[in-house]
Amino acid sequence: MSRDLHTQTLTELAAGLERGDFSSVELTGDLLGRIDSHDPALNAFVTVTAERALAAAKSADELRAAGKAGVLNGLPLVHKDIFCTRDVLTTCGSRMLENFISPYDATIVERLAAAGAVVLGKTNMDEFAMGSSNETSYFGPVKNPWDLDCSPGGSSGGSAAAVAARLAPAATGTDTGGSIRQPAALTGTVGLKPTYGRVSRYGMIAFASSLDQAGVITRSSADAALLLGVMAGFDERDSTSIDHPVPDYTAALSASVKGLRVGVVRQHFDDGLDEKTGAAVREALAVLEANGAILTDVDMPNLDLSVPTYYVVAPAECSSNLSRFDGVRFGHRAENPEDLLDLYCRSRGEGFGAEVKRRIMTGTYVLSAGYYDAYYLKAQQVRHLIADDFHRAFENVDVIAGPTSPTPAFKLGDKTDDPITMYLNDIYTIGANLAGLPGMSTPCGFVDGLPVGLHLVAPHWGEETLLRCAHQYEQLTEWHKACPEDFS
Amino acid sequence: MSLDKDQVQHIAMLARLKLADDEFAETVDKLSRIVDFVDQLSQADTSDVVPMAHPLNQAQRLRPDVVTETVDRDRFQQNAPSVEGGFYLVPKVIE
Repeated sequence: MSRDLHTQTLTELAAGLERGDFSSVELTGDLLGRIDSHDPALNAFVTVTAERALAAAKSADELRAAGKAGVLNGLPLVHKDIFCTRDVLTTCGSRMLENFISPYDATIVERLAAAGAVVLGKTNMDEFAMGSSNETSYFGPVKNPWDLDCSPGGSSGGSAAAVAARLAPAATGTDTGGSIRQPAALTGTVGLKPTYGRVSRYGMIAFASSLDQAGVITRSSADAALLLGVMAGFDERDSTSIDHPVPDYTAALSASVKGLRVGVVRQHFDDGLDEKTGAAVREALAVLEANGAILTDVDMPNLDLSVPTYYVVAPAECSSNLSRFDGVRFGHRAENPEDLLDLYCRSRGEGFGAEVKRRIMTGTYVLSAGYYDAYYLKAQQVRHLIADDFHRAFENVDVIAGPTSPTPAFKLGDKTDDPITMYLNDIYTIGANLAGLPGMSTPCGFVDGLPVGLHLVAPHWGEETLLRCAHQYEQLTEWHKACPEDFS
Repeated sequence: MSLDKDQVQHIAMLARLKLADDEFAETVDKLSRIVDFVDQLSQADTSDVVPMAHPLNQAQRLRPDVVTETVDRDRFQQNAPSVEGGFYLVPKVIE
């Protein structure tokens, strides 16, 4: 008999476990079965930790019986393979870490486990989170559950595909330029990137340290609120973690959007936006307005500089962060090196894929003698201009809304020839990373059978506003409940 | 092309990356396109704009200088490609 547990959200599953309708072992077993039968078509997982999951589920059931259930007790989720998981393979989508067994847990892995979460496995991703289509993964691209010929977006594409295909109710992700929000939009899921410093980066393999932030992909904003409450908060092991009180995110969901000032960025609806995608987003804005939100036009004159700024800052930071992979202490090592230099160069040349090498080299170039001022310093200045655009806008609005991505999911292979075409996918999301702002995507319609996302950005520490706005929108619409036919 | 073969060779060496012969031409082409793309930043007027190093303008936090971790060498070295007697092995660097 099918219990259809996979169709339920995290919040619904929590209630079911609490009532004793089913056990975590049953739930975990159901989802592991689905992963077995459906993942070969998707390639969303790098590692499935079935035995560990069942053992964790069993101990969660025992804790519940003993009256000691944590807030996520027995609830299954998956981790993007960028998070270190003790004694479990942690590849970051790279040949470099093909055999890397992490000796420790990332802080968020630890916190979610302490709250009782059961980890089903590690999800596929663009190599070192560098990509917007999941095609840079050493372990092959992930397929979009809505159309297997399409990309699920990236870099958290495996997480998004797993949640969209109902293989897991929730997933962790990371977002450096849109890597949670864009795949969420392209797979019809909810994606939340918190304020920079809100969630610990300890044990999250670094890409660009001034931009990286951990977050979640779920099937509702209520689920995102539940997880963020567990993940957020100061961590002394992350030197960029910020000590700021963690509110009750779930409590923030219930306020209506009446009187909420929603900024609409004029430049977001310019030439680059697919017409039908734009229509779906305008329709979503109209729903908010009809329910009491106040729409206001805002001007972000430096928006078109956000992508070039990002492609100086992020590669610069990545070239520094990825210098740790030297073939000596861990990671891939070339065979029979002639000398130490040959060991470094060949281990890195073989261990990294083409896109990662391009970004390391871009970063090396913009930081090199004679180019630093023209590129890196200049980009940091423009970054300031972009952040100022946001701060000025937030003097008059509570949240900024627009499209998450310029088009719905594109075909695998369509954008791999030109790096710039791929980079421009993140034009609406990158600004939030540059300014350290929280951002979110929630489903708001379909174009030719493919999902479209509504993007929301709030001021620093404004996660409650994002979650409230998205949750209220989800109460007025059914888009987030849509399930791809082959995975119902 | 904004970058030539020699420049790319030089950057690859600075980055300690050995590029295979069959990936070299593509790297020159794509890196040039990226550099051309980010060159549009030079058009922005940034006179008197302070460079932004941290998205929330925070200073680097310091921690007390006390021992908080112990080295679990055997465990860490399980991921090492080559070790002996607790040391990491590399090709000979001193003649």
